[in-house]
Amino acid sequence: MNKYSKAKIKSNVSLKEDIYLITLETSSTQQAKPGQFYILRPDVRLDPFLGRPLSVFEREDNVLKFLYRIKGKGTKLLSNLNEGDLIQITGPLGKGYPLPKDEFIVIAGGIGLASVYYLIKSFPKKAHLFYGVRNKEELLFYDLLKEFSKELCVATECGSLGYQGVVTEVFSQKGLQLNLPIYACGPMIMIKEIGRIIEGKEIPCYVAVEERMACGVGACLGCVIPTNQGFKRVCTEGPVFDIKELIL
Amino acid sequence: MKPNLKVKIRDLEFKNPVITASGTFGYGLEYSQFVDLNRLGGIVVKGLSLYPKEGNPPPRIYETPCGMINSIGLQNIGYEVFIKEKLPVLKKFDTNVIVNFFGENLSEYIEIALKLDSTDGIHALEMNVSCPNKNSEWRQMGIDPKLLAQAVKEVRKRISKPLIIKLSPQVTDISLMAKICEEEGADAVSLINTIPAMVIDIKTRRSLIGTLTGGLSGPAIRPVALRAVWEVAKAVNIPVIGMGGITSAEDALQFIIAGATLVAVGTANFINPITTIEVIEGIEKFLVEETIEDIKELIGKLNE
Ligand SMILES: Cc1cc2nc3c(=O)[nH]c(=O)nc-3n(C[C@H](O)[C@H](O)[C@H](O)COP(=O)(O)O)c2cc1C
Ligand code: FES
Repeated sequence: MNKYSKAKIKSNVSLKEDIYLITLETSSTQQAKPGQFYILRPDVRLDPFLGRPLSVFEREDNVLKFLYRIKGKGTKLLSNLNEGDLIQITGPLGKGYPLPKDEFIVIAGGIGLASVYYLIKSFPKKAHLFYGVRNKEELLFYDLLKEFSKELCVATECGSLGYQGVVTEVFSQKGLQLNLPIYACGPMIMIKEIGRIIEGKEIPCYVAVEERMACGVGACLGCVIPTNQGFKRVCTEGPVFDIKELIL
Repeated sequence: MKPNLKVKIRDLEFKNPVITASGTFGYGLEYSQFVDLNRLGGIVVKGLSLYPKEGNPPPRIYETPCGMINSIGLQNIGYEVFIKEKLPVLKKFDTNVIVNFFGENLSEYIEIALKLDSTDGIHALEMNVSCPNKNSEWRQMGIDPKLLAQAVKEVRKRISKPLIIKLSPQVTDISLMAKICEEEGADAVSLINTIPAMVIDIKTRRSLIGTLTGGLSGPAIRPVALRAVWEVAKAVNIPVIGMGGITSAEDALQFIIAGATLVAVGTANFINPITTIEVIEGIEKFLVEETIEDIKELIGKLNE
């Protein structure tokens, strides 16, 4: 029962402005699958009250990494923690991505990379990665992504690197005809656009969804989203859903 | 010395006074990956109705200072699925299973209470008097003394298992409501349920909760809950189950000193899934340190 434990912070650094990478040392033997998440809770303080769910960015030996953007009080507090501090972690939680059998497409928008990076790394040279950011300053791990993926297409909104435009445009021009399963994580407008592009086609498409959470284990029913089979809990029935289930 | 932690509601014995608060521990099984459920005094499951209920549109939760607001809308799997899928697994644990229930009107309250009463493996019933149906006169049963009296009476006379009434804090005098429950034959009262609350996004000028308002829980409400438990415990002779923001043994002990025979851990499960165990161990440790042999020596022993 070591799904709940205290982990020691090895490092917690800003990669680009408000984007941080936190590295934890954990004694937990729980293995994590790509697409699963942990709930991180900084300390015993009661305000901010809840922990924050973060996708597993990497899991290796006794090290766990998470990539996050400062969005509010919780992530701000997280970013202030230092090497050596202890942090409460609960996880791994949720269903991960169904594991790809061969080559696959990944569409990542901005910080959505946090959820798919581990998948790409776990299946080296299998991913056709379409990675969209606002500008080249926001681009992360370019060299590593190039190394792990079979093909890397970057799209920047301003055109400062790679294709100019949104990532879904590049995908529909260059990725769609590959007819490979799609794994996607990014802002809702990106997910909606993917849904529109593949509508009527027989391509499997798995997307990781974000929602506010409290318990993270399916108990509070606070994290539900509407699906074509009624409300589903993002924490346990997700966070990865077949795009066909979602009401976009 | 190992202090005695056992307490009772009528003839039902609890191995210790720590149970879970309805709606915060699912059907118990969600937490079996963290907690040895056999160690709990009891498990109170998510509010159950005769038929499955979809619940409210999201967003359903929002964090607030030292707590959170929720508007789940009593989503649940319904009696049949609970009996088929959850209860058989719950039964395997050596702990009391308490089913929290509600209905859309009084006849539904009665109907589900009857079913639960005749189902094996359920040790007690907790009646949530916050009726969700906007179109029913029974919506007021939690705040109208006359309706409360009638509802408790009608359910009580039909069931034999211990009956706990879960009180709403939305009343001027909660001890009056508790007394009514006692007079009409309830075996215990539990309090407090969440407090109506709201939070607004100033940019969009929208509520951050789908249904505009929700219920506040967590440490933010603890002092309010503690005072309510104290008032009620003075007013009635039946056991009181105290809850509202308990996160530690120290919090729980305050409720016990105020008069609670049992305590329930609710929202704290969300921030630390092993809170229940920490509370049990902490209470035991306190009793040893204070050389109190039996928890009953502490219940309601506030020095005034
Ligand atoms: C997410 C959530 C769901 C709840 N669902 C129920 C419920 O179904 N029935 C009920 O009687 N109380 C319900 N409650 C109220 C709790 O059982 C408890 O009375 C209240 O939260 C105060 O305790 P706490 O601060 O320790 O959570 C719910 C509370 C929360 C936070
Ligand atoms: S966060 Fe509680 S059910 Fe998903």
